Amino acid sequence: MDIIDIAGLDHSYGQGETTLQVLFNITLCLGQGEFVVLMGASGSGKTTLLSLLGCLRAVQTGRVAVLGQDLNGADEAARIAIRRRVGFIFQAHNLHESLTARQNVLMGLDVHGRLPGSEAAAGRILDLLVLADRIDSVPATLSGGQKQRVAIARALVGNPEIIFADEPTAALDRDNSILVIALLRRLGSARGTTTLMVTHDPRIIDSADRILTMADGRITRDERRK
Amino acid sequence: MITVVLARVLGRQPIGWLQLTHNRTRLATALAGVAFANLLVFMQLGFFGALIGSIAIPYNGMNAEILIQSSDANTLQDGSPIPRNRMLQAAAQPGVASATAVYYGRLEWKQPDGTVRALDVVGIDPQALAFRSPEITAARGELALADRAIIDRRTRNVPAALFREIEAGHAYSIEANSHAITITGTFTLGGGFGADGYLVVSDQTFLRIFRNRSPGAPSYVLVRTLPGEAIPAVADRLRARLPDSDVAIRTIAEAVARDQAFQTTQKPAGIIFGFGTFIGALVGIVIVYQILATDVADHLKGYATFKAIGYPPRFFLGIILEEAVILGLLGFIPGLLASLGLYAIIASATGLPLEMTIGRAIAVLAGTIAMSMISGLIATRRLAQADPADLF
Ligand SMILES: Nc1ncnc2c1ncn2[C@@H]1O[C@H](COP(=O)(O)OP(=O)(O)OP(=O)(O)O)[C@@H](O)[C@H]1O
Ligand SMILES: [Mg+2]
Repeated sequence: MDIIDIAGLDHSYGQGETTLQVLFNITLCLGQGEFVVLMGASGSGKTTLLSLLGCLRAVQTGRVAVLGQDLNGADEAARIAIRRRVGFIFQAHNLHESLTARQNVLMGLDVHGRLPGSEAAAGRILDLLVLADRIDSVPATLSGGQKQRVAIARALVGNPEIIFADEPTAALDRDNSILVIALLRRLGSARGTTTLMVTHDPRIIDSADRILTMADGRITRDERRK
Repeated sequence: MITVVLARVLGRQPIGWLQLTHNRTRLATALAGVAFANLLVFMQLGFFGALIGSIAIPYNGMNAEILIQSSDANTLQDGSPIPRNRMLQAAAQPGVASATAVYYGRLEWKQPDGTVRALDVVGIDPQALAFRSPEITAARGELALADRAIIDRRTRNVPAALFREIEAGHAYSIEANSHAITITGTFTLGGGFGADGYLVVSDQTFLRIFRNRSPGAPSYVLVRTLPGEAIPAVADRLRARLPDSDVAIRTIAEAVARDQAFQTTQKPAGIIFGFGTFIGALVGIVIVYQILATDVADHLKGYATFKAIGYPPRFFLGIILEEAVILGLLGFIPGLLASLGLYAIIASATGLPLEMTIGRAIAVLAGTIAMSMISGLIATRRLAQADPADLF
């Protein structure tokens, strides 16, 4: 079964005279465990595509199925159910400023209900991301790279079936980028997580299973590497 | 510590608590605001309670079970005089032990500094036991003499030294409607919102002070029932026998209830206190709304992220209600303490019976939490602005 199945997807912003169509007839399938990189010029529609697949925006025309759930006409409850099975890594960290690193990460777990091992699981993933000593720090006292790693921990802690990431390594230095990518790759092979990542980082592009290129709202290239 | 307890209670991380405590200045402002609203409400309710309580004081001092008033009377002060004959008629009814006429008038008592105190003057038959006060009973012989009076030692805005002098045996003369009256003793009653205090005189002296009043027309008649008689039954009998065109017959309890209902709904003081309570609650709602709405606005990014992660709308409602309840609870405590202090100060300064009751404290606490939650519900409208589509 395809994890993501898109056929004839269009998307427009605005209405009336100011309508701007930004996606044109996107057709695409992503399989389980694939690590896919999405490239393209600024404004080509990468973020728009990600927000549609992540159920953060309503689908207008075309057929989209994510994790077997048809998104056409899906109600908010159905979209929430999908979002819980998905991990988001945004370009900005979007951490809650009143919560510590651990509390922020726990938010990614608590959405499935409070479980006894939650605290320990949050600690483990922060440990993997080399944040063990900043576990009780609030975001204001963390560096940009540390905040981004906390946000990544929050996305990964709930064992998502898909990860949508939009330039997640932009705020990270070389070592941390390598660390994060290695972690995402490891999850992909160990748990069969599918990853769709917008990036321009050549190191990541090199290690991808598949590279999609967008231009002017269309997928212009689909290159399988392995 | 509190975080752990709250996490247990809520079954999730206490995000509302963490948000509130993250910004200490805002929390302090919010709590001061809630405490202030509580103080306003407590003051209004305190005055309201004092009004209710002070209305009952003179009634409770009456040595009677039934009161015969003018049919147009709402309070002890506002009725027309009634025919003295009603006293004789009442006394003749079965079940009645005695009946005595009481004259009431308002007197302006000029002070040496030119200001004026309002005294409620009560004229009684020195032979009868119109009031329960042992001090009044003991002074009956003295009052039987012409132009003698005793004064309520709780009369407001009169130097306490004056009462000590009188109690020490130094009679004090005042001019009452151009008539010299000698105050030879004191008793304890306590003023209300109307007059500053009470003056008790004999009916003869009363008629010399109030020369437009006639001996045939007292203000009310106090009726004592025989022991063992059912008071309402005696009152019914009196109603049946006495003409209801000029008098109304009420048990003391009925008269108190009627007076309280009248003064709290028809008189400015009662209406102002009721309105003040409403304003206090409104101030609280506005302050808590402002704080919660600002808090939501400050955390829109975080809320949008939680929406993206898959938290349902009721989760956000829960956070805001959590904040509302915390603000209500924590703000109530300083509000209550400040009110207790102010009650004590005002009670000692005015002699008004301002008292905190457990029932009132619980009612205000419940009202505060309800008020905070209403504010929270209004503030949730701002949540719609947290759109996860803007996050990428
Ligand atoms: N919320 C929005 N309202 C209106 N237009 C939008 C909105 N978001 C994006 N657009 C427009 O849609 C087009 C595609 O934007 P999108 O953000 O998907 O591009 P992108 O490929 O992610 O670009 P970048 O690499 O700069 O992030 C752009 O022309 C952009 O101006
Ligand atoms: Mg983008």
